[in-house]
Amino acid sequence: MPDTPVSLLIVVRHAPHGTSWLREALDLALVGATFGCEVALHFCDEGVMALVEGQGAGALGQKGTAPTIDALSLYDIERLYVDESSLSDRGLDSEALAHEVEFAELAELVREFDRVFTF
Amino acid sequence: MNDGLRYTLLVMGAPYSRQASHSALRFGEALVAANHRLEGVFFYHDGVYNAARLMTPPQDEPRLASRWQALADASGARLMVCVASALKRGLLDAREAERHGVRGETLAPGFELAGLGQLVHATAISDRTLTFA
Repeated sequence: MPDTPVSLLIVVRHAPHGTSWLREALDLALVGATFGCEVALHFCDEGVMALVEGQGAGALGQKGTAPTIDALSLYDIERLYVDESSLSDRGLDSEALAHEVEFAELAELVREFDRVFTF
Repeated sequence: MNDGLRYTLLVMGAPYSRQASHSALRFGEALVAANHRLEGVFFYHDGVYNAARLMTPPQDEPRLASRWQALADASGARLMVCVASALKRGLLDAREAERHGVRGETLAPGFELAGLGQLVHATAISDRTLTFA
């Protein structure tokens, strides 16, 4: 690896369960953190549903993503950002979420991070 | 002489069903023609199907696999296929096929199975990373 690891912003736009986007976004986040990168996640559009409290694994026999999101802090991924209007558009607020999040504008985060990956 | 920029491409769309692979390939070809450097192409999610060895498009459609291989030959870029995404979709090299006790390798020549760490490394040494989904 290069001497200075890059910082990674992982943007999640898709809901959990129906596709593998979220799982694959989380896999990249975990590997990035393992390689010493500073990693943050930004949830917007349908992606905010990934953080809603009380999710099971779903009916498709796939692994759920909620346990992985719970474990992010073990990998020093502490920064979870949410687009506030994506939440309010769906009749949700931060009380509905299983995790501590911060509201942030995507444009500001894109400026702050070295690399952005969108799922 | 302009040294150009170093690029990594992330391809997540399936070939022939989405624009992603076609656009990524054309972008890769264009940046090499413009004297930029392509460090690597990483195939993730449904993008791994770009590495299907038996992909046989109709004669009048783009032959994506051979163009990826030509791009890799011309640029020195590595064609990296996420091993976790690939195996569950049936794309195995000879070693993985043997390890899992199944017959036949399905990964096209010129492509290699890789871990996500190699994507992180490629993006870290590149000036630009572009995602095609």
